Amino acid sequence: MAPILNYLQPKKLTAILSVLSLGLFSQLSHADEWQKTLDQAAGDTVYWHAWGGDVRTNDFISWVGDQTQALYDVKVKQVKLSSTSEAVTQVLAEKAAGQNTEGAVDMIWINGPNFLAMKQQGLLHGPFVDQLPNAKYLDLSPNSAAAVDFTEAVDGLEVPWRLARFVFIVDSDRVKNPPSSMAQMLTFAQQNPGRLTHPVISNFMGTTFLKQALIELTPDPSVLQQSATQENFATASAPLWQWYDAIRPYLWRQGTSFPENEAIQQQMLSDGAIDIAMAFDPAAAAAGIASGLLPPSARVFVPNQGSLGNISFVAIPYNASHIAAAEVVANFLIQPETQAHMQNIDVLGSFSVLDTTKITHQHSMAFAALPTSKALPTLVELGPTLLEPHASWTTQLKEEWSKRYSQ
Amino acid sequence: MMFFRNWPKWAMLAILVMSILIPVVAGLGETTWAAFGILPALGKHSFSLEAWQQLFELPGLATSVRLSLVSGFLSTSVALILALFGCAWVHSSSHRPSLLNKLKPFATPLLVPILAAPHAAVAIGLAFLLAPSGWLARLFSPWLTTWQLPPDLATVQDLWGLSLVLGLVIKELPFLWLISLVALKQIEVSKQLSISHSLGYSTANAWYKVIIPQLYPLIRLPVLVVLVYALSTVDMAVILGPNSPPTLALATMRWYNDANVALLLPASAAALSLGLLMIASVLFWEITIKVIMAMTKMMTRIGGRGHPWKFASGALATTLPSILILGLLSLVVLAIWSVTWRWSFPDALPTSYSYAYWLKLISKWPLALQHSITLALGSSAIAVVLSVAWLEVQDRYGGHLSRLTLWLIYLPLLVPQIAFLYGLKVGFLRIGLNGGMGAVIWAHLLFVFPYVMLSLVDSWRALDQRYLQVAASLGTSSWGCFWRIKLSLLLQPLLLAWAIGMAVSIGQYLPTLMMGAGKIESLTTEAVSLASGADRRLVGVYGLLQAAVPLLAYGMALLLPKLIRLNRLK
Repeated sequence: MAPILNYLQPKKLTAILSVLSLGLFSQLSHADEWQKTLDQAAGDTVYWHAWGGDVRTNDFISWVGDQTQALYDVKVKQVKLSSTSEAVTQVLAEKAAGQNTEGAVDMIWINGPNFLAMKQQGLLHGPFVDQLPNAKYLDLSPNSAAAVDFTEAVDGLEVPWRLARFVFIVDSDRVKNPPSSMAQMLTFAQQNPGRLTHPVISNFMGTTFLKQALIELTPDPSVLQQSATQENFATASAPLWQWYDAIRPYLWRQGTSFPENEAIQQQMLSDGAIDIAMAFDPAAAAAGIASGLLPPSARVFVPNQGSLGNISFVAIPYNASHIAAAEVVANFLIQPETQAHMQNIDVLGSFSVLDTTKITHQHSMAFAALPTSKALPTLVELGPTLLEPHASWTTQLKEEWSKRYSQ
Repeated sequence: MMFFRNWPKWAMLAILVMSILIPVVAGLGETTWAAFGILPALGKHSFSLEAWQQLFELPGLATSVRLSLVSGFLSTSVALILALFGCAWVHSSSHRPSLLNKLKPFATPLLVPILAAPHAAVAIGLAFLLAPSGWLARLFSPWLTTWQLPPDLATVQDLWGLSLVLGLVIKELPFLWLISLVALKQIEVSKQLSISHSLGYSTANAWYKVIIPQLYPLIRLPVLVVLVYALSTVDMAVILGPNSPPTLALATMRWYNDANVALLLPASAAALSLGLLMIASVLFWEITIKVIMAMTKMMTRIGGRGHPWKFASGALATTLPSILILGLLSLVVLAIWSVTWRWSFPDALPTSYSYAYWLKLISKWPLALQHSITLALGSSAIAVVLSVAWLEVQDRYGGHLSRLTLWLIYLPLLVPQIAFLYGLKVGFLRIGLNGGMGAVIWAHLLFVFPYVMLSLVDSWRALDQRYLQVAASLGTSSWGCFWRIKLSLLLQPLLLAWAIGMAVSIGQYLPTLMMGAGKIESLTTEAVSLASGADRRLVGVYGLLQAAVPLLAYGMALLLPKLIRLNRLK
């Protein structure tokens, strides 16, 4: 009984009360703070630098702008890039010129290596993620997918907005039984010489293909979560090169030439020049069919063991002109209604990044009511998500591949 | 006292230094520092040769260099030879009622669309034409080839870079041909040909020994521009060239675009190497041409009247129309794609059509189009005025700018844009220029000015001075000479140089994006970012739109002088 009685001692009671009121107060101040952000943001335009190669994404961004303008008087202007590094260079040039405020880039669609580079160079604003009211719908526990970007801690410097999963695309009219593992991919290539290829290794998707094979073939995948050194790289990657040596002669053009990026590769699938394409979006086939870029019989598949997955984020440069407005847009992106709209296959078909246990029942119903498509896999069909290896593995894979196969 | 008398010369020099030279040096400066390990924004402050070591250790570097050289020299020589042959054909007096001769009046108008279309659009069209899954294969499949699926053949992106050479020839031939035709107006071709004929030379021999030695000095600089472009192109190499390893220009671009910003250092070393490679190539080309000219002179002295060119002219007579047809078909196929929804192999024509992209664009492109036109008009007008002012000042006050200055002005063409623009951006920001129309026009000017100057300078200097002497002796003032004689006699080359400037400006992607801080969207910034998604239908729509503005400019350049002449004759 004694401990309970202890709580009733006046001194402690005051302490408890003060802790409670502090919590209440801090919540109030959070709301106040956010109201301040909203007031500051009103009337501003956010220059969102984002890769512009996908019409559906561009349309979604322009929809976001319409919404934030109506709700918060914040306009969004997409600066369409052909490569995310163009935005990084812009911020870097501003830093070099000593322009530490009033920068031209307000928000960047970013992840993985570009994020790492900007974080290391101190080019990002934040941490700001936990100040966003809608952050409560995210799972931000230390090792969760939304808190780690290519093994690099997010540290509140970027907000997740769409889920990316590595998938293969086939024309189901031509390929009835797609390979179920990367080892099976070799058998497939041998049976169908010249019908398989991957994007160039300097391209993100080209290295993803190698990483997927590495994870499946390496003796101990947990090594990949540490930095790559000369020794662990040699051991871990040996089976990969054995596999690649075997598959290369059966690749399109005997593995001497490769499509420049995934979009070109999908075009080759559509032209019938190859049988398997790749994408970092489970909705790629459904979206491709809807926009006429892929045949109606296009379907996605993933290896049985699962496939690489990561999350697309938005980050705000340290010298952005409209930081408050960018935060408002970032917060809008993780609003459950926004995520449900985005997951609609008629819009983007990208899976939501929200924690399903944290959203309300009403929100869950909205997600459940979304239209389906034959070409859109369910989360169950997608299987487990494999973790991205540490960024140093990508660098080493690129270098080693070039040494071996680029004359 | 000399200084005061020659003040226009010094004023002109000051303007050139301020507007062109300083930005160029600033742009190049940052790259040079970075190549030697100094990039303060990345926390690199000490001199090091590591970047060069990294560059030289790059696997496939030798292949990349070889690919660049082969595609550069081969495409330039082939385009030049075909252009000269084309001129000879246009000037030939044969009136045999052959199909080719009937086509003669249409030759120039047919060149213009290819000239006006962006490099990337022509490349994508050509790739679709030639690929094993492309239009030619579709036209003959499966009924002739029995192909139900496209075969695995290297008809584009071949390892030797031959399809890249073809693409470059298709795009550069019209440029050289038109420039040569304009330059030929200063040579009395028919008179010289008939004299040569009376001396027993065949037409082919007369062109080889008499006309071309006079013509080449007039088109020397444009030819060098073509060579430099071919060595540095990324737009065409990425679509038509081999990619593993790619040309040096594309390899450099990839380094610059890598997510790992530390690679900016070896990328800068690669950019400088590419610049040096281009300078070496230009020198090698110049020496080779001098040797060929000397040999031609020797042959002329020997006085042979034989006809050794019969075989060659037969080959050229088939190659020339084939190249033009391929170029035009590339544009036709893009036009078809712009109204396509789906087009599956092996259908000869689209499976389903749609105007969706055109409709969608109508709501979006007016602003982009307006920006593109403002930028192009602004930068090309300034470039023409600067070029003319410079040339006129030199005519009046004598003295040429030093060779070094000339090279510096051409530097923006010799260094990969991405390498040069980073430094320029830093420089612009330091003087407080950011994101405005003015900054973008200025950046465009750095690329437009060399082209305009290069296209104009040979024709300007070749102007027959006797006209001016006669006018002066009749009491015309130097301003009168300038307005009424020089500008009117040089109207065609001036307009052509302006139109080339327009086309160059319309095609600028990175300068618009970077100097405009992403806030000034143009047709090209829209087109290039969308093209990275490889949707041929969009490329079709934007490619045609991008071609439209230069098409009008070239049309004016070619038609206006004729209209003015007609008007005077009335």
